[in-house]
Amino acid sequence: MSESSEVVSKIREAFGRHIEDLDTAPSWWKDAKNEAFEQFSTLPMPTRKDESWRFANVKNLGLDAFKFAALPSIADAAKLVERSDFLDAYSGRFVFGEDQTLKADRVSPELAEKGVIWAPLKEAISKHGEILKDYFMKQEADLGSAKFAALHHAFLENGALLYVPKGVEIEDPFVVYNWSINEGSAIFPHTLIIAEEFSKVRVVEANLSASDETTAYSCGVNHIFAGVGASVDYTLLQNFNEKTLGFQINSNIAGKDSNVKTLSVNVGCEHYRSETHGQIKGPGSKVEMLSLAVADYDQEIDQRTLQTHSAPNAVSDLLFKNALVDNAKTIFSGLIKVDPGAQQTDAYQTNRNLLLSNSAEANSLPGLEIDANDVKCSHGATTAQIDDEEIFYMKARGIPENRAQELIVYGFFEEILNRIDCEKLADRAREIIQDKFRKRLR
Amino acid sequence: MSTETPDIQIDRDKGNFRYTESHKYDAGVGLNEGVIDYICDVKEEDDWIREFRKKALKVFHSKPMPTHWATKDLENIDFDKIRYYLAGANRASKSWDDVPDDVKQTFERLGIPENERKFLAGVEAQFDSEAAYSNIKESVGKQGVIFVGSTEGLLKHPEIFRKWFGKVIPTGDNKFSALNSAVFSGGSFIYVPPGVKVKHPLQAYFRINAENFGQFERTLIIADEGSEVTYMEGCTAPKFDTATLHSAVVELVAMPGAKIEYITVQNWASNVYNLVTKRAIAHENATVKWIDCNIGSRLTMKYPGVVLKGKKARGEVLSIALANDGQHQDTGAKMIHAADETTSNIISKSISIGKGRSTYRGQVHMPKNLKGCKNNTECDALLINNNSRTDTYPAITVRGDKNAVQHEASVSKVSAEQIFYMQQRGLSEGEAMSLSVNGFVNDLTRQFPMEYSVELKRLIELEMEGSVG
Repeated sequence: MSESSEVVSKIREAFGRHIEDLDTAPSWWKDAKNEAFEQFSTLPMPTRKDESWRFANVKNLGLDAFKFAALPSIADAAKLVERSDFLDAYSGRFVFGEDQTLKADRVSPELAEKGVIWAPLKEAISKHGEILKDYFMKQEADLGSAKFAALHHAFLENGALLYVPKGVEIEDPFVVYNWSINEGSAIFPHTLIIAEEFSKVRVVEANLSASDETTAYSCGVNHIFAGVGASVDYTLLQNFNEKTLGFQINSNIAGKDSNVKTLSVNVGCEHYRSETHGQIKGPGSKVEMLSLAVADYDQEIDQRTLQTHSAPNAVSDLLFKNALVDNAKTIFSGLIKVDPGAQQTDAYQTNRNLLLSNSAEANSLPGLEIDANDVKCSHGATTAQIDDEEIFYMKARGIPENRAQELIVYGFFEEILNRIDCEKLADRAREIIQDKFRKRLR
Repeated sequence: MSTETPDIQIDRDKGNFRYTESHKYDAGVGLNEGVIDYICDVKEEDDWIREFRKKALKVFHSKPMPTHWATKDLENIDFDKIRYYLAGANRASKSWDDVPDDVKQTFERLGIPENERKFLAGVEAQFDSEAAYSNIKESVGKQGVIFVGSTEGLLKHPEIFRKWFGKVIPTGDNKFSALNSAVFSGGSFIYVPPGVKVKHPLQAYFRINAENFGQFERTLIIADEGSEVTYMEGCTAPKFDTATLHSAVVELVAMPGAKIEYITVQNWASNVYNLVTKRAIAHENATVKWIDCNIGSRLTMKYPGVVLKGKKARGEVLSIALANDGQHQDTGAKMIHAADETTSNIISKSISIGKGRSTYRGQVHMPKNLKGCKNNTECDALLINNNSRTDTYPAITVRGDKNAVQHEASVSKVSAEQIFYMQQRGLSEGEAMSLSVNGFVNDLTRQFPMEYSVELKRLIELEMEGSVG
């Protein structure tokens, strides 16, 4: 499909206003945005013929229902900050509503003294321009959504910048909440994590809707740079309402001997597309990519992943699990790419789908492209329904069928939830999943 | 239409040899309606076939090349430089002396008997082959089995042929099926009557050689209710074909309760683009098994498929691919489940040597409203050298009730320990490597008929030579 010229000119007009509003921003920032907008305008909308959009329903990607760069009015900001309570202990917290900073809990003086930077992007543009010039939007959206990444770059206003200097280890996570609030709003969450040599950090991001009723568009980007020996643990809880069209474009670069773990819990959105590129650039590194998704009614959750091994002796491990109800549809398309010379690569990729209804559709495209010979690479995909016997066994013990099904789904996801280091966060993820099933009973 | 016979400019990089040709029928170079008229006139075909071919030509011209996922090497095919029809009585006036030494040596080392060698090299043995062919025809003919060339099938058995021809693989399925539909010639037509179980495998080994230039062969096999047939094509010896483009279409129809086993062992010269469409329809309780072994060729693109149309139908693809330097084996399987309780199994093993590239591309489809379907897919790739390459691209769509699919793929290299262990016992590194590779494909080759598995084993040994050290 292509956007109608009316929609395009509406977005262009909105972009004009957006740039005007940035009067104090440095010119390099504005130039980059102009360039990004031109890129967005020239790149074609994806079609079903594009290999990286195979099986996706591109008809749902229209942008005409959303308001770009409208000045937000935020009612009840205090209430949203109150609801941003996934974790009690954190090293820093930002609450963004419609891309505006509703609350910024800064780092402790000790961390600040060590050189840790934790700043909303709006503020970082003037204060930390040098860092942004080196790292901001420096990872390509190479899994099909370049157009949407360009849109993100053009309209992005805010986000979180986390810079952890060499050798600094931080125990409590940093937390970012991105709220979509108003009807028709378009938000562009951005999280940029730079972990220097031998640093250690955890980041949690929650993408949420203030109400169940608002139609919204979210186009988020998360970029992680892990230096030599660094360790980054990133968790995303995506629980937008089911009237949201969502994009999440993630990319991380793992340096020598680093550990990068990304974990997503995807429950919300009417149509959600997530792209994750794990780039193994340093030998000895380990990249984990984990995700679970629950899709019901007419939801579509489209997940594209890439594990690129450009350096030898590295490990990557991917596990994506989906549970599907009603007419829901999921797509998992992943690729392990081992470049020439990346010997002793150990790479895994697993996609498991649990069908809870006869009309749900799970698509699985696990791929391998191997250009080095001394490797261990494997992938697996399974799709199946719950075994009748398992249900029978539980019913025989007095558990009603619905509940039995639900319990099996929870069990199915435990393999991933167990890999969340923070128990409180894992419980939050469990609650989000359980809420989704409870809503169905209402 | 062009009737002139210009110089043949064919890439003869490797394993090929030049000899004087004298063809009674030659449709010239390039593809146009005139070529089709020529083929129809020569073959004395009915008008409906002429129309069919011409329609297919239009489809061929209108279809784009598969560009977005396929290898760029396809762009190197120059359709205007290909000869689409060559036939005649005294085709190959060449002698055994013309056959290059390395080819002769290959035959020698494969352990192929002298007479057969001459035949394989296209030198002689017309008489022998016809005799062998006639013998098979006669013995199966007594059971009511029709086993003829597709041209003869078309002329003599139109009532069966026409009913199924182009039904499993429609002309417009892809660019190359359209090309085949336009210029097809050669190939087999087999009809097995209800309940007949053909004891001996039917072989196209001799047949295809009888139509040596059948680069666009078309095969149609119909196994009627409850019947069983095994068909083998190709040969296990290196096939020194002058063709640069081989684009076959194979359609199988397994009626309720029937079983078809289709075995291909192919070893094209390294200048051949082998772009083949193979598909079967399996009705209720029927089984179709493709055994596919691809060695050689410059580029092979072949994904045998089964449409599981009847309840409890079963489809299987067992494939082995070996890609040596400069070769790309882009192979795989398709299983389209279209009825309840259908099952399918895909096992694919590939070996990449040197800069060889092997690719598995698969499709498994289970639509809604179906129940109790199962698929199992296993792909294993073995990489020999550090510049070898392998890819796996399956696409799986599952809906419905109590359907289950599992796919597993792994990539590995030959275990250094295994090689060390064998070297300790006096084997050279090369021998050890080739033994390992044979072990890797052993569980599949065991399913091949004996003579095929033996020669396949020797072929692998030959291909493995010089791959180490």
